[in-house]
Amino acid sequence: MEAVNTHADHGHHDRGHDDHDHKPTGLKRWLMSTNHKDIGTMYLWFSFFMFIVGGIMALVIRSELFQPGLQIVKPEFFNSMTTYHGLIMVFGAIMPAFVGFANWLIPMQIGAADMAFPRMNNLSFWLLPPAAFLLIGAQFAPGGGAGVGWTLYAPLSTQAGPAMDLTIFAIHILGMSSIMGSINIITTLLNMRAPGMALMKMPMFCWTWLITAYLLVAVMPVLAGAVTMTLTDRHFGTHFFNAAGGGDPVLYQHIFWFFGHPEVYIIAIPAFGVVSQVIPAFSRKPLFGYASMVYATASIAILSFMVWAHHMYTAGMPVQAQLYFMYATVLIAVPTGVKVFNWVATMWRGSLTFETPMLFAIGFLFLFTLGGFTGLVLSITPVDVQLHDTYYVVAHFHYVMVAGALFSAFAGIYFWLPKWTGRMYDEKLGRIHFWLSLVFFNLTFFVQHFLGLAGMPRRIPDYALQFAEFNAISSVGAFGFGFSQLLFLYIVIKTITSGEKAPDRPWEGADSLEWTHLPSPAPFHSFVEPPVIK
Amino acid sequence: MINKRANNRMMTRLSIFAAGMFGFGFLLVPFYEKICEVTGVNNLIKPAVAVVNTQVDVSRWVSMEFDANAHGLNWEFKPVQRTMKVHPGEMVQVEYDVTNKGDRATVGQAIPSYGPNHAGPFVRKLECFCFKQQLLQAGETKRMPVQFVLDGGLPADLNTITLSYTFFEVQGASLKPTKADGVNS
Repeated sequence: MEAVNTHADHGHHDRGHDDHDHKPTGLKRWLMSTNHKDIGTMYLWFSFFMFIVGGIMALVIRSELFQPGLQIVKPEFFNSMTTYHGLIMVFGAIMPAFVGFANWLIPMQIGAADMAFPRMNNLSFWLLPPAAFLLIGAQFAPGGGAGVGWTLYAPLSTQAGPAMDLTIFAIHILGMSSIMGSINIITTLLNMRAPGMALMKMPMFCWTWLITAYLLVAVMPVLAGAVTMTLTDRHFGTHFFNAAGGGDPVLYQHIFWFFGHPEVYIIAIPAFGVVSQVIPAFSRKPLFGYASMVYATASIAILSFMVWAHHMYTAGMPVQAQLYFMYATVLIAVPTGVKVFNWVATMWRGSLTFETPMLFAIGFLFLFTLGGFTGLVLSITPVDVQLHDTYYVVAHFHYVMVAGALFSAFAGIYFWLPKWTGRMYDEKLGRIHFWLSLVFFNLTFFVQHFLGLAGMPRRIPDYALQFAEFNAISSVGAFGFGFSQLLFLYIVIKTITSGEKAPDRPWEGADSLEWTHLPSPAPFHSFVEPPVIK
Repeated sequence: MINKRANNRMMTRLSIFAAGMFGFGFLLVPFYEKICEVTGVNNLIKPAVAVVNTQVDVSRWVSMEFDANAHGLNWEFKPVQRTMKVHPGEMVQVEYDVTNKGDRATVGQAIPSYGPNHAGPFVRKLECFCFKQQLLQAGETKRMPVQFVLDGGLPADLNTITLSYTFFEVQGASLKPTKADGVNS
């Protein structure tokens, strides 16, 4: 706040202001940062680091599955890899990446000087490294990592070794970080908008984050409660999930998925937001059906609280309940369809160009929709009973998590990199990165649909011989996809160190405030005086 | 546009909401129990309502298999009779032997499960050692009965039912012998 006041006293206009921006230097700049841009940068780098860690775990899984039989790792270690790959990718890579986007962009897009609570923002970020340390350190606990699956189902989790306690604490810390981050985002969006920036004028990215932040505040505490119950069952003699004491392990599944299904949208909705910025910019048309986009996103968020048990059709449920959850799940396809049609309609008769961000956005559109369709297939109870816990499910959620959320994050990074760094990325290398990612992604995951339909179960290090070919293809694809991301790292570093100077508005179709009102790179302090919005 | 008071008010409200949702997670526990009770799902360790139609269907044989396990406690637990053929509607009594092989008194709770799972509601247990927690002194042996009736509505394709009990230790349960038979779950 202090910084804001001193700059307000100067009474300068933002443009060209960065010359006498005094930013703290050295380690202090990062450790004690209260600047939304620096914190956003840290979030993004942290998530990339975790993406590599989770990716290495995925490659351990794919190496073991390259051939039938047990070759490389022990089954216990394999189970630990599937568990922590999931936890790290969800809580360490994808979620922090979009919080990084939120930190960088929300204040600039609504014309605010910074986030509402800059110090809490610092704390939200700096809680993440200890949590990552616990998750990675759990591998070295006596007995190895907890091989319980990322869902941490009881009764396995109540009986697992000490690694489970580290994992539970990591989840508590990650939860606190997310809740604080969300409170910050909601307050910023509701209280700090520049005069004239009505809610329904906010860029779509801000809207998606407003909705996501509410989801996070609502469900992260429920997950914290679920793992707290696991913890007290393990050490303090409670019987929440212990059948012998009158508890019920299926109760854990209900509580977990009450968190878990909204969590799916916590990951997907900010991705929708990024794509909703990128597609109009490269179609040179405003977003088609802005209001319907807002309402569709809100309906998806509300519906996400009412469908949790579709993850547990096989856990034992009366048929009426199965029918209800099936119909409610199918209903989500309606607002999701609205969004997909709006994106397509935005491109319709647009003057399209296909720079890297747009390529990733279109890749997202195709592949996310495909993942949505397999989701519809899985929502049908009798089909799900057949496909539950097979590779079909693995293929489905990687289409929405990787080709959905991750591709959208790539689109966003290429899109805003010129604004963040003041330099252009290498367009040719960017396109190569896209095509490599697209091809290897499909090589990895498309064949998993066939494996699942043929009955290959997930989370098992060995498999029957008839699955060998598709698994070999999938493993080759996974390594290709993994190494393609090193190219991404190279592109980003090259941009920062030696990219060409970027104009203030490199994309002519981009019209939110960070493009129209701020220079590239965006100055350390922006919108100290709120901009005038027509 | 910095209005610190408005921001702090918003933070307080959202924090209270988050704390409330933490409580809501725990509220799901009694809520879930109530739903299970009302819908009759998960009625594993409570006596079944007496069978209305007591007519014995002598035209049909169902083979029952009895299985017993102890998990995490040093008890030897096995059925006296491993298999049995019964008619739906017939009152059947079987017995199980349990011995505490450990050197300390332990309280255990048996949890039944059924194979196939959907046979469960048709095995109506009228008397069962699983309705109570069981206290066994070190070295003590008990013979325990289960009394059940197979419901006449048992689907026609179910000809074999496995009834499996697993004893789990109840940690922190009272070890006073006077309450041994009366500890209610």
